[in-house]
Amino acid sequence: MSTPLTRRSQWMGVLALAGTERLQEAWDALAAPPEYNLVRGPETGLVMVRARSGNGGRRFNLGEMTVTRCSVNLQGGIMGHAWISGMRPDHARLAALFDAMLQDPQHSDELRRTLVEPLLLARKEHLARRAHEVRPSRVDFFTLVRGED
Amino acid sequence: MYVAVKGGEKAIAEAHRLLASERRGDPSVPEISLEQIREQLSLSVDRVMSEGSLYDRDLAALAVKQARGDLMEAIFLLRAYRTTLPRFGYSHPVDTSRMHIRRRISATFKDVPGGQVLGPTFDYTHRLLDWNLGGKGPGSGLGGPAPETDMEPPAAMPRVLDVLGREGIMENEDRGDDPDPEDLTREPLTLPAGRAMRLQNLARADEGFLLAMGYSTQRGFGTTHPFVGEIRMGEVEVEFTPEELGFPVTIGEITLTECETVNQFIGSGDARFTRGYGLTYGQGERKAMSMALVDRALRAVELGEEIKGPAQDGEFVLYHSDNVEASGFVQHLKLPHYVDFQSELVLIRNLRRAEREEEGSHDS
Repeated sequence: MSTPLTRRSQWMGVLALAGTERLQEAWDALAAPPEYNLVRGPETGLVMVRARSGNGGRRFNLGEMTVTRCSVNLQGGIMGHAWISGMRPDHARLAALFDAMLQDPQHSDELRRTLVEPLLLARKEHLARRAHEVRPSRVDFFTLVRGED
Repeated sequence: MYVAVKGGEKAIAEAHRLLASERRGDPSVPEISLEQIREQLSLSVDRVMSEGSLYDRDLAALAVKQARGDLMEAIFLLRAYRTTLPRFGYSHPVDTSRMHIRRRISATFKDVPGGQVLGPTFDYTHRLLDWNLGGKGPGSGLGGPAPETDMEPPAAMPRVLDVLGREGIMENEDRGDDPDPEDLTREPLTLPAGRAMRLQNLARADEGFLLAMGYSTQRGFGTTHPFVGEIRMGEVEVEFTPEELGFPVTIGEITLTECETVNQFIGSGDARFTRGYGLTYGQGERKAMSMALVDRALRAVELGEEIKGPAQDGEFVLYHSDNVEASGFVQHLKLPHYVDFQSELVLIRNLRRAEREEEGSHDS
């Protein structure tokens, strides 16, 4: 996978995992929010989640999840897409807008600095905090020697 | 046979009004919010998502509220709602090796690499009612802050069954040419069902049914000698490739519980253990364990084992595991069967009349 692609999948992922309020704040903080058209959605549907038997064997269908998708078109013609879990139309619209803006050289550097990088950091901190919370419940079981021998 | 009836609209509307009033309960007690259900009855939400076969915490919380806490009714509501939504596609297989683990235990190895992490579990609680939760004591409900530990990165948690696999004493999961799995939401269950279809069926199956089936194998109706190799619970990211992009993106994360069992071995010179697999939405350890037991039991034919119990019978298990179907068929009995019953009445009366007339003719 080429580097630009990797970067786009990375920002799309972190935009999906972020809280809706955080995206709304970032949008409200824009000095000049771009004009845009909604091309598709936001609309909610289902994605069938797949897994593998034993995690490494053949695939099976585990169950569905709700997903909201949205596609937007900026005035300059750049398309932005979002696919996010849950029924979250506002979140999907904002994520699609940021996806479009991040492809636009006029906005991308600024948005990476003010939005993507802080979100990546927040995600990292969130995961570290969660691991930190459960760590004290790590146990060492020890077997007792029984008396019969 | 159920025959359609007309009328009763007014009574039905009144029954629904009564239902709404019962749902609300005493109006002087504050109404419960969806956020409260989602956050504080999280295992109800998990069960509804798992058996409703739809991951959405907010929808499941709404269903629990609407169903007055009747989880099977809530599951039905979720299953009904999903039929109104379009299907966007299939995710990439989730990778539980990359799970952000909140609980991970092994019953087979004490010193498992990465350690045993108990996480939020009912295990080792004393099952004494906690009066503090009744709002009578101090600090009701709060678990308190975590003790200080260093912020070292999470330990790698290799899969326990892989440890056995490296030694060659655990059967391999054969991926073959990785065929597209059948989808029970798209095609009917056919027998004999392949493992993909069985696992999908078990993943949405009723927890109580799976528990009883798994229990029956332990009690001798199809013994499989299970050990819990590993249970892990935590969050995994779901990846999906949108058509317009052509590359995978993370669309969100879901909580999963996974159980892998180490079972009775096959072969002699090349003897190796066999596997059972359970995977559920949310924190559903009892169900994941039951699913792994039943998955292994249902592999009896493939592993050349004698069928000794119902849990090994694919037709029996797979056709009775779904509580929406089961509940529907059992509960349809209470709908008007007036015409059906009339015909039975006519039949039984005629039989008796014929008998009496015959007796009468003998007497004369």
